[in-house]
Amino acid sequence: MITNLTHAIAKPISRRSLMAAATGLALGLSAFSPAKAADDTIKVGVLHSLSGTMAISETTLKDTVLFMIDQQNKKGGVNGKKLEAVVVDPASNWPLFAEKARELITKDKVAVVFGCWTSVSRKSVLPVFKELNNILFYPVQYEGEESERNVFYTGAAPNQQAIPAVDYLMKDEKVKRWVLAGTDYVYPRTTNKILEAYLKSKGVKQEDIMINYTPFGHSDWQTIVADIKKFGSAGKKTAVVSTINGDANVPFYKELGNQGIKATDIPVVAFSVGEEELAGIDTKPLLGHLAAWNYFQSIKNPENEKFIKEWQAFTKNPKRVTNDPMEATVIGFNMWVKAVEKAKSIEADKVIDALPGIEAKNLTGGTSKMLPNHHITKPVFIGEIKANGQFDVVWKTPALVAGDAWSKELDGSKDLIGDWVGKKCGNFNTKTNKCGGQGS
Amino acid sequence: MTDLLYRFRAIALAFLLIVATAIPAFAGPFEDAVAKFANDDFSDSDEAVGIIATSGNPQAFAVITALQEGRLSADPDSKKVYLTGTDGKVTDAATGEAVAEVPASAAAVRLNNRLRRNIESALGGLTLMSPDPAKRIASAQSVFKSHETAMLPVIEAALEKETNKSAKQAFTEARAAILLYKEDATEAEKIESIAIIKGRGDQDALALLTSLPADQTVGVARSAASAVTAINSRQTLWSIGQNAWYGLSLGSVLLLAAIGLAITFGVMGVINMAHGEMVMIGAYVTFVVQDVIRTSYPGLFDYSLLMAVPLAFIVAGLLGIVIERTIIRFLYGRPLETLLATWGLSLVLQQAVRTMFGPTNREVGNPSWMSGAFELGQLTITYNRLWILCFTLAVFAILLAMLRYTSIGLEMRAVTQNRRMAASMGIATSRVDALTFGLGSGIAGIAGVALSQIDNVSPNLGQSYIIDSFMVVVFGGVGNLWGTLVGAFSLGIANKFLEPVAGAVLGKIAILVLIILFIQKRPRGLFALKGRAIEA
Repeated sequence: MITNLTHAIAKPISRRSLMAAATGLALGLSAFSPAKAADDTIKVGVLHSLSGTMAISETTLKDTVLFMIDQQNKKGGVNGKKLEAVVVDPASNWPLFAEKARELITKDKVAVVFGCWTSVSRKSVLPVFKELNNILFYPVQYEGEESERNVFYTGAAPNQQAIPAVDYLMKDEKVKRWVLAGTDYVYPRTTNKILEAYLKSKGVKQEDIMINYTPFGHSDWQTIVADIKKFGSAGKKTAVVSTINGDANVPFYKELGNQGIKATDIPVVAFSVGEEELAGIDTKPLLGHLAAWNYFQSIKNPENEKFIKEWQAFTKNPKRVTNDPMEATVIGFNMWVKAVEKAKSIEADKVIDALPGIEAKNLTGGTSKMLPNHHITKPVFIGEIKANGQFDVVWKTPALVAGDAWSKELDGSKDLIGDWVGKKCGNFNTKTNKCGGQGS
Repeated sequence: MTDLLYRFRAIALAFLLIVATAIPAFAGPFEDAVAKFANDDFSDSDEAVGIIATSGNPQAFAVITALQEGRLSADPDSKKVYLTGTDGKVTDAATGEAVAEVPASAAAVRLNNRLRRNIESALGGLTLMSPDPAKRIASAQSVFKSHETAMLPVIEAALEKETNKSAKQAFTEARAAILLYKEDATEAEKIESIAIIKGRGDQDALALLTSLPADQTVGVARSAASAVTAINSRQTLWSIGQNAWYGLSLGSVLLLAAIGLAITFGVMGVINMAHGEMVMIGAYVTFVVQDVIRTSYPGLFDYSLLMAVPLAFIVAGLLGIVIERTIIRFLYGRPLETLLATWGLSLVLQQAVRTMFGPTNREVGNPSWMSGAFELGQLTITYNRLWILCFTLAVFAILLAMLRYTSIGLEMRAVTQNRRMAASMGIATSRVDALTFGLGSGIAGIAGVALSQIDNVSPNLGQSYIIDSFMVVVFGGVGNLWGTLVGAFSLGIANKFLEPVAGAVLGKIAILVLIILFIQKRPRGLFALKGRAIEA
């Protein structure tokens, strides 16, 4: 809302726009922002929870989009028009996500929406984006098994995070026994299903895999950590692959530390623990545990250093950290800008068609490309947690990895591909050559 | 492909080594090894650690501990490696000569897990002769785990000189572990080793016995198998004890969270959905106290919790009194409205904290006396859980004593048992209401201090405890503090015995189902109050 007003005021001040701005101020609601602004700005919707449980993660992404818009406007906007953010708060409430998405598209007439974190919120807004034909950029690593025409997935698919991490542990740490620990919801369940199939295809036996699910916000980890300890003392090198979500991580790592399990004995590789999460933890007991991401703040290259500096200046907080979903937001934003410039329009259909093939620099020194399945190519890094809450990269994939919308490890999806360029289909079955098929 | 790469690297490395040895070296192997740290390559560092550990150089121990503690930095350009001592003095790691300061171009030598493991085992060899028995035991333990055959003579020499009883035991076990894995050890030696390892009887011993290579003689294999069975059956017994302990500690957390609610809901009958937020506020008070201590008086960090307890009580208690005076007192006798109002209030408080402190977790550290664990037989008891259990029982005892022996406690009981009678005896009932609510909230605040040690300090902290708290109070019997105590511990223990069988998710569901069934049978909980109070 603040952005709204500053832009309304920054224009050559005519009496009318001043009054419009004043009305906007008086009403105090972003939904009522001046109607006239629509003509000479492009509206960008931001659909991230600013209150409720998910605010802990999503608030940063809202700030990231505002930062990117601010930067783009300093460069003169897009196609000669300034960008204008419309921020709404779906309050970690899944049905509210759909309502707010509808409000953004129909009332505010946004050209694109950056938003969602959890898969359930994405699933909740999907029908809205399809019905009203708008564009959603989704910036978080997720379980895959989806490719929609209106959604662009700039976070990692399982083959861009989970599988390379397991490969690393298998090759470098010679891990033979696996604990797949996760929170009980769709992302960990699907990821673990994929990992289990993958491990078995690599010759790991059933008795060397332990799968464990815990409820959201689980805080009493004594039994599970003791079980892991026991499972790990069978004489084979053991590792934990953690899809434990959000807040439950802190007590989990604390219990690991207290029960004396060090990273040198049983390393934990996490897919949901990044710089932002570590900022609230005493990192001493975590030293040496691992995380797999497509971006780490500690990665040294000019692109990243410039970004961190400008981000910290923008947020006026010299300690503000950056993380992987932020980078995914940045890549998505830059790709959208390029696609709009290429299509010379903000019309959804034209931008959707322009997006595949668009390339944008990522912050780790490479160039990511939007693929026909609406996923992007990304590098994969394994980082070890350092005492200062940052990660030390110990391994990375030699080249960028293309995101698979449909996992090759699962029987139900290995024949499916998403191709919105040639086949115009999100779940094309390569065996039967038909769109909409589920795999054999 | 990768295999080929590795082989190529190995050949290249071997070639390099030949070249290196062919050129008359000015420096010894120790200096060369130290210089390898400057290559910023994990395998090079790995190799260097091995060479340094066996070099016999007096500097070796200092260099490797510095590496472990991140005090070793290397300059990639000049290939010089610098050691920053614990006293802040900088020396050249290779020569030991003093250097003015670490140049800006040098960066700390990086470690990964493989390297850390190797450092540990290298240090194990270097500290076997340490004058500190605790260090000797630790290094014997690491030899026990790694059971390197090369360590045998060192261990035997150390064993002979050893006088400390527990260190001697550790060395004997380490020797047994090596002998068991030594290829040319006799059958008798191996069987004797198995007996020693069996006597140790813990997870590490089990790991050692189960991962024994298959090519053993029949006698060794048989005695190993019987040792594994013996250890396993002993472990089963211990695991019952361990589960009971986990149950007690979970029960203490439940009790701590519920005890404040036992007063506001149990004694006063107010359905207080904002109870969890009082807990959360207590946790944030701890954060603020620690923050002030960190910035101004870092020496007092270990006392931060002691200071936070009274402060949390006061802050949460005062807030409770304000809430009672401004909202709840207008809603007495209207449970539905109270429920809605306090639930709304809980959202307001959450968002207020989120606005003030930000949505992310805040770091609350564990003081040193609350970190780590100790072993009691085969039980692992973590200090933080132990302290929380003691703390909970202390809070419970104080609260009970207060209600029974103080005049304000007497007034509280009188008002809740028969308000009108109490009023006609001259008790200012509305003042007592406010104080009772403040007491309940204050205790919730204290609970927050303890919970900040095991959970996240985030605006959502309270939400995760509110359901459990109500469960405990209702199960134990509304209006009865002893019921809350028994309810909390029985739920905790039941949960922890169900969890290994059914898993955390199903276990929780099973507990809820059991409570529903129990409430059907006994609607007033375990310890139902009799008499007039229940009609009030």
